[in-house]
This record gives sequence, C-alpha cells and structure tokens, in this order.
Amino acid sequence: MINVQQLSGGYDGKKIVDDLSFSVEKGEITGIIGPNGSGKTTLMKMINGALPFQSGEVLIKDKPISSYSAKELARIIAVLPQHAESSFDFTVREVVALGRYPFYKGLLKHSTARDEEMVENSMKFTGVEEFADKSIQLLSGGERQRVLLAKALAQEPEILLLDEPTNHLDLAYQMKLMDLLKDWVEGCQLTVVAILHDLNIASLYCDQVLLLDEGKIQAIGKPGDIMESRRLQSVYKTNLSRQEHPQKPKPLIALVPRQQEEQKDLSDIVLEATPETMIFRSPFSLRTMSSAVIGGGYQWADTFVNRHVDKNYNVDDARKEFEDYLHSNSVNPNDTVGMMTAARLQDAGMVSVEEKGIKLLVASTVGTSNAVDAGRSWEREDQPMPIGTINIWIFMEGRLTDEAFVQAMMTATEAKAGALRDYDIKDPVTGTPATGTSTDSICIAATQNGEEMRYAGTITPAGKAIGKAVCQTIGTAIENYRKRMQT
Amino acid sequence: MQEPSIRTYTKSKLFISYGAVLLLLCFAVALGISVGSIPIPLFRVIQIVGAKLFHHPVPSSIDTSMVNIVMAIRFPRVVLAMLVGCALGLSGTAFQGLLKNPLADPYTLGVSSGSALGAVIVLFFGIHLPLLGNFTLPVVSIITGFLTLIGVIYFARLVQRNLSVETIILAGVLCSSFLGAITSLLIALTGDELRQIIGWLLGSVSMRGWEYVQLIAPFLAAGLMILLASARELNALSFGQQDARSIGVDVKKHTSLVLFGASLLTGSAVAVSGTIGFVGLVIPHMARMIWGVDHRHLLPLSMMLGGVFMVLVDLLARTIIAPTELPIGVLTAIIGSPIFAVIFIRYRRKKVTT
Repeated sequence: MINVQQLSGGYDGKKIVDDLSFSVEKGEITGIIGPNGSGKTTLMKMINGALPFQSGEVLIKDKPISSYSAKELARIIAVLPQHAESSFDFTVREVVALGRYPFYKGLLKHSTARDEEMVENSMKFTGVEEFADKSIQLLSGGERQRVLLAKALAQEPEILLLDEPTNHLDLAYQMKLMDLLKDWVEGCQLTVVAILHDLNIASLYCDQVLLLDEGKIQAIGKPGDIMESRRLQSVYKTNLSRQEHPQKPKPLIALVPRQQEEQKDLSDIVLEATPETMIFRSPFSLRTMSSAVIGGGYQWADTFVNRHVDKNYNVDDARKEFEDYLHSNSVNPNDTVGMMTAARLQDAGMVSVEEKGIKLLVASTVGTSNAVDAGRSWEREDQPMPIGTINIWIFMEGRLTDEAFVQAMMTATEAKAGALRDYDIKDPVTGTPATGTSTDSICIAATQNGEEMRYAGTITPAGKAIGKAVCQTIGTAIENYRKRMQT
Repeated sequence: MQEPSIRTYTKSKLFISYGAVLLLLCFAVALGISVGSIPIPLFRVIQIVGAKLFHHPVPSSIDTSMVNIVMAIRFPRVVLAMLVGCALGLSGTAFQGLLKNPLADPYTLGVSSGSALGAVIVLFFGIHLPLLGNFTLPVVSIITGFLTLIGVIYFARLVQRNLSVETIILAGVLCSSFLGAITSLLIALTGDELRQIIGWLLGSVSMRGWEYVQLIAPFLAAGLMILLASARELNALSFGQQDARSIGVDVKKHTSLVLFGASLLTGSAVAVSGTIGFVGLVIPHMARMIWGVDHRHLLPLSMMLGGVFMVLVDLLARTIIAPTELPIGVLTAIIGSPIFAVIFIRYRRKKVTT
C-alpha cells in the first residue's frame, strides 16, 4: 500500500529523516514511535505529500506520490491532524462536509446525495451526529477529535494517517478511538499509519511498529518482537521495563522512576501473633508471588496475614469475607498477602537465616490431617475441600527475577515434600508417602534491592538456603503439633 | 457563550436570508436617494427610478429638476456607495477566511494604502496608460494593492513562519504607514490643493457620477466570480493550509486566486472612493454572526450586507452635520475602530481559554 524507499528529507535543507525504507501492508495498523525530534512528524508529512523530500521515493499503491494530484491523493489518503483550529465557528456538519471536497466535480463543486449520505454516515459512525449543528469551538477536545475523525472518514480513504490521535484524550476516549480504528481497519481493509506517543497503545493496537531514533529506523516489526526493554531504554534514554499484558499476547511497557536505593532490611519485619492471626508487618514493600486468597499472583505487599479459621469454615465468597475481615482489623487488603489455615498458629515453625550473603526469613504452619500424595491424588473422590493446612512464608533479601521466583517456589515445594517424608506422613487413602496436603499455600516475598538473583534452584546458594529453612520450619511445626497432641 | 445565529442551511432559510438582505438593500438605496438637502418622498423615488429602469416615461406630475437630482446626482452616488460597500465586504470576508484572521481587512492589511498610492500617482500625475483609457485608475490601484499585499504577507512570513493574527496585522500597519508617508510626500511635492486631496484620501463617494460606477462594476463582478469559485476552498483554508491540502485543495492555486480576487475588489474600490477603512472588517463579522461561516453563502451575503452598510453610512455622512459633508472614511473609522477593539479582545480571550 505504502512503499518508502531510501527516503531522506527535512526542512531548510537540513536532513531530519535519513535513508528510511519500509513498507506498509493493506489492512494493517502501523505505529511510528520514537522520542521527540526523532523525525516522526517529518516522515508523516512526506508520506502525505505535504513536505517534498530530498531523495528517495514514496510509492502509494505502487505509483510515486508525485504522480498524484492533490485531489487524487486526498481520495486515497486522509489525515487526522493533531489539532485543527479555525478562528471561526464552523458547525460540526460543515467541518465533516469538508471531507467530501475531493469528490466534488465541476467548477461549482455541487454536492450530490451520496456526499450528503457519507457525511451523515461518518457522523453517525463516530457518534457526533447529536451535535451536528453545534459550533466546533463549543466542543471538548475529545469531541473535536471525533469530529475530525468523521471528516477523515467522509473522505472514504484507503489510507489514514494520524498524528498522535490520542493526545488530549482521556483514557476512555483513547481506547474508544483506537477500538473504532481497529474495527474500521478490519471491516473496510483500511490501512492506518499513526504516530503514537503511548508505547502501550502502540503495542496493543499496532500490527507493525516502527521505532525511529534521530531520523533513522532503529527497528521495525511486530510490537512483541521489537519492543524490548533494552532497545527502548537506549532510544528513549529512560528507565523502562517490559512486562507482558495479562490478557493479550502483547508487551506492556512500564516506566521506572528514578529512585534512591532504599534500605530494606529483613530484620525490620515484625511479627504480631495472636491465636487467631499472625501478621508480618514490613516498613517497606516486598514483591511477592503467592497462591494466597488475598493478593495472589505477582504483587507488591507490606503486610502478610496468616489467619486461623475453624476447620468447618465454609463461606461462598471466601475472598470477600477475608477482605472484610482485614478491613475490620484495619489492614488494607490491597497491600496484603493473606492466607487461611485450620492449623494452630502457635505450632508454627520459624527460622531466620543469614549466611553466605543470603538473608532469609521462613515461617510455616502445618496441619497434616489432609495429607495427600500429589502423584496419586486422582484416586480420591471429589470432595468438599477442607481448609488449607501447610502455609509457607518465605521472605528474602535480593533482586529476584521472575524465573527466580518460580524456582524458589519449586525448591520450597520440594523441600516441603522432603520434610513430610522425613516425618513419615502418609496419604491416608493410598497409604503412600504424602507430598503435601490438599489445600497448601505458599508466598515468596523479596525485597528487590541489592544483588540480582537470576535463579533460585537447589544448585544456587539461595535455593539451598530456602530448601533447608523450609524443611526445618515444617519439621518444627510438626514436632510442635505432635508435642501438643501428646500432652 | 453562543452567539445568536441561524446556522442550518436549509433551503427555505437560505431563501429567507437572501430575500431579506436584498429587500434591505433596496430599502437602503431608496432611502439614500430620498434623503438630502432637498428631501424627495420615498414614493417619488420609487416612481422615478422604476420608470427609468424599465424605460417608461416618468409621470408628468413630477418636476424634471427632481428627476435630474435623482438620476444625475443621488442615484449614482448611492449606487457607487453600494458597490464600494459590496467590494469591501467581499474582500474583507475573503481576507479573513484565507488568512484565518478575524482582524484582517483591506485597510488593516495595508492593501488600501497600496491602492491609494497607485491612485494618487494616476490622479495627480494625470497618467493615462495606452489601451486602458479611463480604466488606468482602477487597474493601477489594483496592481499596487496586490503588490502591497504580497509584500505584507512576505514580510510577515519573514517575521514568523506561521503567519499569526497579530504579526500579519503589524506588518499591515507598518506597510500602511510607510505607503501613507510616501503618498503624503508625493502630494506635498506636487503642491496641489491639499484639502481636496486629503478629502479624497479620507474616502468619499460624492460628486462621482455614473462614470465611476462603470469603473468599479466590472471589477466587482469579476472579483465576486473568482471568490465564489474558491468558496469551498476558503472553508478548507480557514483550518490551515496543511489541513486544506490533505483534503485535496490545490492550496497554491486557490490562495493566489483569492488574493487576486480580493485585490481586484479592494483596488477598484479605493480607485473610486479613496481609502475607506473597517468596512471589510466589520461586515464579515456581522455576516458570520447571522449566517454562519460557510463561505459559499457568506461571500454573497456579506457582499450585500456591505452594500447596505455603506449606503447607510454615506447617508449619515452627508446628513449628520449638513450642509457640510463628512468624509465617509472618517465615519467608518469612528464606527469601525471600537468594533475592531472588541473583536481583538474577544479573539485574545478565546485564545487564552482554549
């Protein structure tokens, strides 16, 4: 659809974009991203013929752009400018009707019924027909943007060029606008090229992203392929971090503010214990990965609640009940990881490790009445799930990667199975050694400062420490329990 | 705040608009002929003009001297005022639309001064270009006006690339003073009777006769045609050149056409009546408030409104301190300058809030 070949150009003889070559396919959204002054707008102007180029060629539908007259080009390309202002108050309908200009014929440029129809349709499509007779100057920024989009639509273009279309728009309008475009691209095989400031919008909506830096193409391709943290960091000279979108296979770019390295010392974490709850309170936030009822998955938290409930606890919405419970105890559920257990909290095993540069705090509460051999749990009938009984809390100092979190969890789980075997705990149904209980939970919390730990498997010092500490605490908890049962 | 306006161009509303302005124009013309040192009843005016227009014999009950006053003095004067008003209203609308500038008009842009300089040269040096004959005066005015306009725009662009409202007006004022000074210098050097010349410079339509009506009429017609052919483009251009380009407007061609058309109108108006300021500024604003911004209708409507305005101002100019006649340009400036101030304030405020 658009073919750019070795394009160079700029203003007043200065070269702003330099030797660019790329192509845009029909029915795709291409995003142009890059820092200020990287030549995005200049490139855009050259694609729509507003700026002559110094060398190279732009082919629109396989013909050089210079071979089109202004009107012919306007029937193929529509432009949504960043802002269009007139000193006069045109009505919305008059503005949208301007989009039909390239279709008027003859000296008097009479409009036909089809022109009127297209104007009405495009106003309807963008939802501006309700203020068709209002002055454009009385509209809000978002409404104005939609009017301009309607005008571009009325042009019935095959290619739509947008210069920061989501500027000045609030979040909902940004999404609405982009969704609208996406529908249009899919429905009418429209081709879109958009300058985008927001990297996440670019990632979510673009089929192809072109990263410009100092007038040159840094990278071009699918957002998932080219939007790497390191590349973006070097182009934008800003601390960015790439995550994955929770619901779409697209990257998310998170900004990381400059910050002082915070002192985070595990020994500052205090434990408040009552028979009903044990609460670890930390003066700083820790990054957590957990299977907890409250704050499960990856999170940041500074309060860690292990709550004892009766073994007949049965509530439909346990999460809601737990949140209410936290509120009533003046704990904010948003900063909290919360687990429940029927086991007695006073039996808990707890150990603090500080060796070979590893600093670790591990606490476990254990009840073994629902012990299960995971490999043979399928032999059990489906039954109402009794409340969870081995809860493991691991706090550690260090900067853990996502991989390290997963490995820490594996290590801890394997250590748990090992501990149960040591204490000869058996699955009562199969009679084989138990690996855990039916509703166990685990939380790994890391300070995310200091040394980076890429892995936490059993070959690493961290893994070794975790394994040992988990095994120890579970052992202590079982012994405490047994002692209490004997007396 | 929303201005009171009739914005939707349904066919019937358009019909009413054009009808009303036309009626108003006829009434103003008739009134202009009727009022004067010897008052002539409106009915008589209609009788005489009607008879002459349709080549009927004038009823014998009417005194021939009265017929003479109407046909030789009042009617041509009023028609000239009307045509000058039409030309200035049209060119003001075109300038404002093209330059996206609510403060633009032939006078503030300096075009009038350029045309006046040309006219002074022709009038006071008695130049007659071959082939042009009497049309030397308007043609030279148009050319000098057009050149001034190009100069002003070029200069403003040198100052500031995007041609902001204030820059272009400043450039116009600068050019105006310069050309005005040259004009004064020329006049001083020729040593002619100053009072007459200054009277002419301040603008007047008195004692010109049909000859002058013939001088302006063809240029008005040509200017109207040229501008109407670019009406849709003017709509697009008032959003900026780039935007106009992106919907397929041949920006260069139409910008030149509009500038040329507006210069035709300004130059010919100045040639017949001297520099009359602020008509081209005030009229488009009034017209836009009433009828909206679509230039396809705004152009003809503000043309007629300009005609009405000018006829009434001329009427006021010759009656307000009768028997002395006030130069018409003095009156338009007295009315126009405060309105210019108001428009400027409102424009700046709006710009600050948006």
